[in-house]
Amino acid sequence: MKARVYVSFKPTVLDPQGVAVRSALHSLGFDQVDDVRQGKFFEILLAGGLSAAEARRQIEAMAQDVLANPVIEDYQFELIE
Amino acid sequence: MKFGVVVFPGSNCDHDAWFAVQHNLGHQAEFIWHDSTRLGDADAVILPGGFSYGDYLRCGAIAKFSPVMNAVRAFAAAGGPVLGICNGFQILVEAGLLPGALVRNRGLKFICEPVQLRCETTACGFTSTYAKGQILRVPIAHGEGCYVADPRTLDELAAEDRIVFRYVENPNGSLGDIAGILNRERNVLGMMPHPERAADPLMGSTDGLGVFQSMVQSFARVASARS
Repeated sequence: MKARVYVSFKPTVLDPQGVAVRSALHSLGFDQVDDVRQGKFFEILLAGGLSAAEARRQIEAMAQDVLANPVIEDYQFELIE
Repeated sequence: MKFGVVVFPGSNCDHDAWFAVQHNLGHQAEFIWHDSTRLGDADAVILPGGFSYGDYLRCGAIAKFSPVMNAVRAFAAAGGPVLGICNGFQILVEAGLLPGALVRNRGLKFICEPVQLRCETTACGFTSTYAKGQILRVPIAHGEGCYVADPRTLDELAAEDRIVFRYVENPNGSLGDIAGILNRERNVLGMMPHPERAADPLMGSTDGLGVFQSMVQSFARVASARS
């Protein structure tokens, strides 16, 4: 089983890298870009035989304790069989 | 007094801190390797600046799982003084020993320059040799030094007199111009500027030495109260 975890800044936290990417996109002529938020992406391969519920619980714990800093970041994830 | 200087893989201000304590202050300093589970007989602990674990994931995010951090947590919980400088501050917020977080500088650049700090409180064991409102010249050297916290935490820090240093001119976008904060028990200080790099006349400023002198003074006071 594979998990894909996405981590990004909370909406209230300024993302200066996202702002810099947005202005680069604007200078290339992509005027339709209103906002860019930059984040992190993790692909985690889990051992076979794990139930979906258990995998969900473990990924949740990993995201809370390690992958994201809950003070400034949000996360979401998906499980792929 | 004996200071323990924790060395993580990627620490690079550990020797500066050691030198400030041993030579400029005339006290004892000993290195503590990150996989040690004990702090030995250290009376105070310094988490030095650098790039522990290459700043992988987030600054300080991997270091917080080092075996030594359990010992640091227990030491802090027992009232022992802990000073986190730069990366050390980042490790302390990641470990939850201090509130808030440190994110990429507002201007995206790594900034290495002397700045002016205002000492906002002398009511702790890290600044008792300064005067409240005193302006210090101390260098910063960081890419992720922008302090952020939710409004409630910021109010709490201010109300409880836990903001120790503020930048006179904000270099990195830190909320409230915050450069250094205390935990609620006032025995853990995290600060982005480097007092150990302003501890020798050769470095152009000795304004940072007061942090270490204050720690010695506070230790002597506690020791004499015990005896």
